[in-house]
Amino acid sequence: MISRRLVMSALAAMPLAGLAAAMPSALSPSAAQAADTIILGEINSYTRLPAFTLPYKKGWELAVEEINAGGGLNGRMIEVISRDDTGDPATAIRIAEELVSKEGADLLFGTFLSNIGLAVADFAKQKQILFLASEPLSDAIVWSKGNRYTYRLRPSTHMQAAMLAEQAAKLDAKRWATLAPNYAYGRDAVKAFKSELKRLRPDVEFVEEQWPPVFKIDAGSTVRALEAAKPDAIYNVTFAGDLAKFVREGSLRGLFEGRDVVSLLTGEPEYLLPLGDETPDGWIVTGYPVLDIDTEQHKAFADAYMKRFGEEPKVGSIVGYNSILSIAAAIRKAGSTDTEAMIAAMEGLEIESSPTGPFMFRAADHQSTMGAYVGKTALVDGKPKMVDWAYADGADYLPSEEEAAKLRPAE
Amino acid sequence: MGFYFAQFLTGLANASSLFLIASGLSIIFGVTRIVNFAHGSFYMVGAYVAYSAVTTLDLGVFGFWFGVLAAAATVAVIGLLIEVTILRRIYGSPELFQLVATFGLVLIFQDITLAIWGAEDLLGPRAPGLDRAARIFGEPIPEYDLALIVIGPLVLTAIWLLFHRTRWGILIRAATQDRQMVAALGVNQAWLFSTAFMLGAFLAGLGGALQIPRESVNLQMDLSIIAEAFVVVVIGGMGSVAGAFFAAVLISVLNAFAVLVFPQISIVLPFLVMAIVLIARPYGLLGKPGSEHGSPVEPEQPLKLMGNKAAMMLATAIAVLAASPVFVSDFTTILLVDVMVAALFAASLHFIMGTGGMVSFGHAAYFGIGAYAAALSVKYFGLGMLPAMAIAPFATAAAALFFGWFCVRLSGVYLAMLTLAAAQIVWGIVFQWQDFTGGDDGVVGVWPAQWASADHVYFYVALICCLGGIWFLRRAAHAPFGYALRGIRDSQTRAESIGIDTRSLQWAAFGLAGALAGLAGAVFAFSKGSVFPDVLSIAQSVDGLVMVLLGGIQALFGPILGATVFVLVEDWVSRLDYWRFLFGLTILVVVLAAPNGIAGGLERLMRLFDRDAGHAGKQGRVG
Repeated sequence: MISRRLVMSALAAMPLAGLAAAMPSALSPSAAQAADTIILGEINSYTRLPAFTLPYKKGWELAVEEINAGGGLNGRMIEVISRDDTGDPATAIRIAEELVSKEGADLLFGTFLSNIGLAVADFAKQKQILFLASEPLSDAIVWSKGNRYTYRLRPSTHMQAAMLAEQAAKLDAKRWATLAPNYAYGRDAVKAFKSELKRLRPDVEFVEEQWPPVFKIDAGSTVRALEAAKPDAIYNVTFAGDLAKFVREGSLRGLFEGRDVVSLLTGEPEYLLPLGDETPDGWIVTGYPVLDIDTEQHKAFADAYMKRFGEEPKVGSIVGYNSILSIAAAIRKAGSTDTEAMIAAMEGLEIESSPTGPFMFRAADHQSTMGAYVGKTALVDGKPKMVDWAYADGADYLPSEEEAAKLRPAE
Repeated sequence: MGFYFAQFLTGLANASSLFLIASGLSIIFGVTRIVNFAHGSFYMVGAYVAYSAVTTLDLGVFGFWFGVLAAAATVAVIGLLIEVTILRRIYGSPELFQLVATFGLVLIFQDITLAIWGAEDLLGPRAPGLDRAARIFGEPIPEYDLALIVIGPLVLTAIWLLFHRTRWGILIRAATQDRQMVAALGVNQAWLFSTAFMLGAFLAGLGGALQIPRESVNLQMDLSIIAEAFVVVVIGGMGSVAGAFFAAVLISVLNAFAVLVFPQISIVLPFLVMAIVLIARPYGLLGKPGSEHGSPVEPEQPLKLMGNKAAMMLATAIAVLAASPVFVSDFTTILLVDVMVAALFAASLHFIMGTGGMVSFGHAAYFGIGAYAAALSVKYFGLGMLPAMAIAPFATAAAALFFGWFCVRLSGVYLAMLTLAAAQIVWGIVFQWQDFTGGDDGVVGVWPAQWASADHVYFYVALICCLGGIWFLRRAAHAPFGYALRGIRDSQTRAESIGIDTRSLQWAAFGLAGALAGLAGAVFAFSKGSVFPDVLSIAQSVDGLVMVLLGGIQALFGPILGATVFVLVEDWVSRLDYWRFLFGLTILVVVLAAPNGIAGGLERLMRLFDRDAGHAGKQGRVG
């Protein structure tokens, strides 16, 4: 009996012992980093959204390896300290604090979810550290809540919606219905698409809106509600699991017959591949046609990626890779990792060569002009693909720098 | 007409899916009284296993249905293993403690599923032979939906027959009504519980497997279904399978029509329905009085006043904490602020749960309202940090008193679920009311005043607020107010008979706990600089629950221990790959080693030392 109690008590104390072991790492003063290494702090939702963030991680890993193999930046190696934000903005802020104050990160990059991107952007402003928001699409990051220390790489919701509106305007369809997840991204995407399409085609009307909760779409009812409005065309913003449900219910119930569908992000392999042989034919989408891109830079990237990881790159991979290219270009131009010097370098920074072609960071609103591929979905040899695609340069889908500057809060 | 009928059928098909998972949950709760968070994981695993089975077998109709049943059976076996190895060991723990174990299991399942099936969504095949749409009144209805509409009532009938025509079923029903009496009659409870848990897991697995032809199998399945499943169980009445069926139909059909009129309502619809049902029928549609409470527990020992030794230890701990900014790094002070915020949040939850005996599944509402009150008063009124912080507890108390007025009229799990409904409705409003609250883009730029912007200065602001709040709660627990609350918790009837106004006191406790959660929220808002609807989310409420239960609900310092361990372990472990697995495992180890929570474990340890030193082991709880 005594021995059992002893064992149980010892077990009870174990987690605390584990904690004590964990504490020194938290309590020890900042670990002195090798002075000649450039430390990049990286934050993303690795456990919340692994389907998108894991390819992204591989993308930046590849770029870091290539740069270090080539002798580093200004003679210094780069090291990325990467952390999982668990999908929670508050955790992301704590990690950001740790990366900056304890790990001595020279700048921060990453994030996928828009709210986490906004939280870290505001943190960057408060702590005066450069932050490159790699993946979040929210327009607010560079416009209504933009700040001096935050830049954004990926083509924004507005840009991608505008790319689709341009194609949608060429269709005969006059009566449109929209379907978007009920949160900021969905609302921004619908707003931008509506205003762009109305601008190009004043004769269109929007006859129905559906706003399912994100990842909880009641696809059958939603499809029926769209059908009831008898639209000529549908603009879809749902993605991932919601998209698969929507496609399945929609094709079963004949929603797509004789209707044009324009769909945001659906051409990205992350979302397109899971649709398999049920991929709808002829949807106009933004995305990434992966191995069909035959520029020299993209081939080199794709070959290196497949050699390193044994799988095809995805959009996340490109975003991760281009993040490091952008950061490297900024540090080279700045000649140091001093925040002010890097911010000066970021303004109007040009990346002359990337797998997706050249792009730059606009000084007025800190948005990169990296574009996206616009094309149509199709099944080719039983595999989902993007066909008839073309690269849409992000610069063509942004308001002018003067207009964009007005969208930002006064500094 | 045809259109509305088709919409009705769509609602019914959804109802069948929802019913399958909810029925299992209801059976498990009815018999074992476990609030099983891992039920969503069973559902997800069922879908993944079925996906693998169906795609590898590829045997047409036979292969599909065999795969579905095989998946459900696999999940049943997993459920059995969990029940036998983990849950069986903690049935004697305080009410709801088992949910901590199931929370650990959720984390473990998430990582195991990711490791086995990968991150990508998987789209399984449609059901062979049921892969088209049939025309009814000229409207296309997927054949598989029609199959589901049949399967739901079939399963309900099967369960009914099982419960009414077999000896096992009769025992299960008896156990649902009175476990002790069943045990007294010599029925092997362990066997009964294991089989009931297995049946529940089987149904969850079946529900997941049957989703394959409708949606892609993905890693969000577990958490996206679990809240709704609980709602269905509660609306139906805990432990009532037929009630769960009616509730599933009610919610699904309402939603199918609501999207035609006001699509945005979907995000809160189930919770709205639940709130209305619970206010009108305190035990759900078909629930019976007495179905509201978890495992019967022995009344707690009275709180013991702190001895000299304990007071000295406490004073030392506070002194070390107060002096810590001098000798630890900046980041550690930031982490300690998080710990203190979590501790005050957990302590306020403990006040209504432990002292007040009213379980709250929606305490995040008050944390979040506090955070938003502070953030919005900065945004709209340009208030400074201290006035904003001062407003938060009052705003929160007002909200807590409003919701509390409804909640204190219920008890047990129904009360808990009404608090959850309140929290979800608040979340829905904040999320949707973009013009005022910023929606999910949140409120940014809520940083401390200039004088407090240094990490160590803000640390002291947080220290004063959080320790002050905790001290106040402790004081309240030892005041006549606290004595009366504990009296009500242990016996409402006796408390009433000696003239205590039970409802008013409980209501006041609700307000007080809300106010201090709001203070924690305000301190949190300024420490992070931004507030998002996540502060109101179910995840935040669950974190609080786990902290309180893990720490030990029977001791006043339990929530503080629980919060400290939870925050520090999560911060440390999330640096590792597959950290959710490790975190879940840690929780399971703690749960098994200390079935009364960490405080209980420590107390046993202390008693052991005391006895070794020659003293007799003292009874009583450390207060």
